[in-house]
Amino acid sequence: MELKKVVLNDLHAALGAKMVSFAGFNMPVRYSSDIEEHKCVREAVGVFDVSHMGEFSVKGPGALDLIQRIVSNDAAKLFDGKIQYACFPNETGGIVDDLLVYKIAEEDYMLVVNAGNIDKDWAWVNKFNTTGVKLENLSDQISLFAVQGPKAVEVIQQLTTVDVKAMEYYTFTTATFAGIDNVIVSATGYTGAGGFEIYVPNKDAEKAWKAIFEAGAAYGIKPIGLGARDTLRLEKGYCLYGNDIDDTTSPIEAGLGWVTKFTKKFTNSDALLKQKEAGVSRKLIGFKMIERGIPRSHYEIVDAQGNKIGEVTSGTQSPMLGIGVGMGYVKPEFAAIGAEIFIQIRDKQLKAEVVKFPFV
Amino acid sequence: MNFPSELNYTKEHEWIRLEGDTAYVGVTDFAQKELGDIVYVDITSTGNDLGADEIFGTVEAVKTVSDLFLPIAGKVLEVNPLLEAKPDLVNSDPYGDGWMIKLKVANPADVAGLLSMEAYTKLIGV
Repeated sequence: MELKKVVLNDLHAALGAKMVSFAGFNMPVRYSSDIEEHKCVREAVGVFDVSHMGEFSVKGPGALDLIQRIVSNDAAKLFDGKIQYACFPNETGGIVDDLLVYKIAEEDYMLVVNAGNIDKDWAWVNKFNTTGVKLENLSDQISLFAVQGPKAVEVIQQLTTVDVKAMEYYTFTTATFAGIDNVIVSATGYTGAGGFEIYVPNKDAEKAWKAIFEAGAAYGIKPIGLGARDTLRLEKGYCLYGNDIDDTTSPIEAGLGWVTKFTKKFTNSDALLKQKEAGVSRKLIGFKMIERGIPRSHYEIVDAQGNKIGEVTSGTQSPMLGIGVGMGYVKPEFAAIGAEIFIQIRDKQLKAEVVKFPFV
Repeated sequence: MNFPSELNYTKEHEWIRLEGDTAYVGVTDFAQKELGDIVYVDITSTGNDLGADEIFGTVEAVKTVSDLFLPIAGKVLEVNPLLEAKPDLVNSDPYGDGWMIKLKVANPADVAGLLSMEAYTKLIGV
């Protein structure tokens, strides 16, 4: 299959990015150094081109009702300009995808989904649209830039008249941005460093990108690749679909109970409620290495006797902490904060400790 | 990128510098660049007699883990002690302070079977 390209593909290559195949797209994984880029976001401001992400418009009579039937969170709680994190549970106990739900106006929503799941999600939403809600897949029309870090607010404020400093986390507004009309400025991100995500029409992508870099020059703004995006999200314990959650992991097991609201019926909600009440057979935990080693996806988690108790789903050496950190599923009796576990790294079983998220 | 002509190379992106019947082994400038920031060099084969192409350790970057393959048969004498605290020397000085192991070579003539600088650069297309 031919890789899809984001609008600014050639610009990233010209900036020296190493491009890799990710979720069907040719994407910048690194411009200079994963660690430098990571620290740039934690300490100043960096920009990710995440235009590969998918956007669906869900509009018209029945829009809220459709969303309520397929997402785990309670979208009735949304007000205009408010965003919710949620997942699409499947019918067999797993997760189709995790997503953001934007309420634009009454019966007017935008769903933002993972790039690798766009086709699957689109089919999923359509399958449950039995009431003729107007659905539109806007994924190929919208570019998305995540401007993240403690200096992001200073950068973004130069480009719009909206008081972005006053915007609360998980809210958005439609504004004129860098002279471009109808841009969604969203106080969200996947780094835990603060900042904004900017949705622009593809035709204005280059203009927006350049304006962001001009406004950020004084703050040391840099382009950031997917490599640092992964280590940044991992330091905060945010799930990555395909690693930490997938078609077989339940939202309860994954610690997504906080976005799984049994105030209404949704896909598989009866079974998930039973699971919540009866208890799960595995739980997603965060752990840090006590002995030196770097956990990686699919490494076994074992007990002191070497018996397998689970599996790592994400891991790296934290650029900020300089030690190995990871996420993984274990049997519930090993999931308590402070529990001692071991990670099988090549021929060694190295000690680790279950800790609370975030790591940083 | 830099590929000294006095070294020999492998298709797995190691280099070897022969000094009599001992040799230094590391990874190439191309390898370190592809891997990205090196955060850990895990070599526990000191004292082991290994054959050519056997794994002598592992190098870990932020995003990837790669096995290290011995260019020619020999006994691992020493792991570069600098790499414990500064694995990023592999990035900044891959042929100098970023060397990985010192090897007692079984048969110095074996290097003749490895790649020259010209053959290696042709292989990686630079």
